[in-house]
Amino acid sequence: MPKHETPLLDQLISGPWPSFVDDLKTYAEYRRKNPNNVEYQIPEDVVDDLLGVLELSYVDKETHWKHGGIVGVFGYGGGVIGRYCDQPEKFPGVAHFHTMRINQPNGKYYSTEFLRGICDLWEFRGSGILNMHGSTGDMVFLGTRTEQLEEVFFELTHKFNQDLGGSGSNLRTPSCCLGMSRCEWACYNTQEAAYQLTHEYQDELHRPAFPYKFKFKFDGCPNCCVASIARADLSVIGTWRDEIQIDQEAVQAYINGEIPPNGNAHADGDWGPFDIQKEVIDLCPTGCMRMEDGKLVIDNKNCVRCMHCINVMPRALRPGNDRGASILVGAKAPILDGAQMSSLLVPFMKMEEPFDELKELIENIWDWWMEEGRNRERLGELIKRKGFRELLKVTGLKAIPQHVKEPRHNPYIYWYEEEVPGGWQRDIKEFRKRHLR
Amino acid sequence: MAYEEKKEMLLKELEKKSKNKTKFYFNDLAKILGEKPRMAKKIVNELVDEGKLVFWSSGSTTMYSLPGIGKQAAAEGEAKSEE
Repeated sequence: MPKHETPLLDQLISGPWPSFVDDLKTYAEYRRKNPNNVEYQIPEDVVDDLLGVLELSYVDKETHWKHGGIVGVFGYGGGVIGRYCDQPEKFPGVAHFHTMRINQPNGKYYSTEFLRGICDLWEFRGSGILNMHGSTGDMVFLGTRTEQLEEVFFELTHKFNQDLGGSGSNLRTPSCCLGMSRCEWACYNTQEAAYQLTHEYQDELHRPAFPYKFKFKFDGCPNCCVASIARADLSVIGTWRDEIQIDQEAVQAYINGEIPPNGNAHADGDWGPFDIQKEVIDLCPTGCMRMEDGKLVIDNKNCVRCMHCINVMPRALRPGNDRGASILVGAKAPILDGAQMSSLLVPFMKMEEPFDELKELIENIWDWWMEEGRNRERLGELIKRKGFRELLKVTGLKAIPQHVKEPRHNPYIYWYEEEVPGGWQRDIKEFRKRHLR
Repeated sequence: MAYEEKKEMLLKELEKKSKNKTKFYFNDLAKILGEKPRMAKKIVNELVDEGKLVFWSSGSTTMYSLPGIGKQAAAEGEAKSEE
């Protein structure tokens, strides 16, 4: 028997789609029955009360959660987000309902033993409700009481070898794609990079002193499976600087219909015979491909790494052999000041351990942002406010054509005075000798 | 100013300001200390470890406050609510 009547929430069950309300009700019932005789460390009716407080919010049309909190584990300023209900007497099960963010294993590889272990832990010491995964990639444990935080943290670190993730004005949990573990397009070892940088920047990850959040994301190729270009303050995107490798025999096999395009991903529809002109060459954003004497030719200098041709014909085309990454900066989701994509800062960087070049770049950027950034200002907003030129100055990089987003958009080029011979001063008499009025 | 004196000065300043304001951005603390961010971080983190400052987090932003001040203190049974 549910603890609270929830007619409004029940509406969400009535549709044909799966509903979280169904899940929560099933789990509330499970917790009441407690078939495994778990000695719950937080109230048994936490899920019932969660449904109750949500129903009340639907009735009142306002939230009953307070904003933020002072909870955490010793020495850490992130990874725990305090949540308190403002109706604790009505819903004692969720009087404290803190969130814990857990650093996900790279590439999100789990053993079933590990998953069972963390689920058991969270059922024992928390609400048992979790998100796999938050948008930064963490495992998100939803709802426990303050006195359980240290206990959960101890078990996570000592038994599961897993740390808390980032939250607040911290470096957020670095995330990466599967990389070389499963993907032939990975241009560098994304998991290694995420691992190394997570270890290098423990202080930044756990002790907040940034103006706002900061995210690294590592994509192995420009397909951008972890969406670094759209979400990360610092996006590391795999690329190559030589030529796309072409297997002309495989190209012919695609043309002759011997190999299905897109790895046979579209097999469930009848799309007719494969047409390389229509489906690949005409769709190249820079028009840098053509057929010549029955062979596929690519003008690699004009390739913008859109990955379309490689995605369509993976057996015939592969990224080049001289591989590394492009570094882009300043992406963010739309919370303040609108969504922004990353801007290219370093077109090509070799990505080899110990990633010193990347670390130096990151630290220069942080020094600048920590000093100049306003409260709650993301790196992308600071770059917009102070100008890309300023970013180049602090990173010690020279302006290059790849930094130009739209040629001739703005006719003015701004120089620093020290870059101009003679500065801003000139001898007008000397000038007039050469140029009559 | 010596290191320990800076810590004392920061706490005194925050106590004064806490009459009107319970939470402070890291930048506010760095400004009071008159230090560059990395040095300010060291001082502030020591104060947190000593229990003289606490982190407050909304989830997206982190702020600092003196312990026992602010609305969540009541929920944790640490102090009477200000509200």
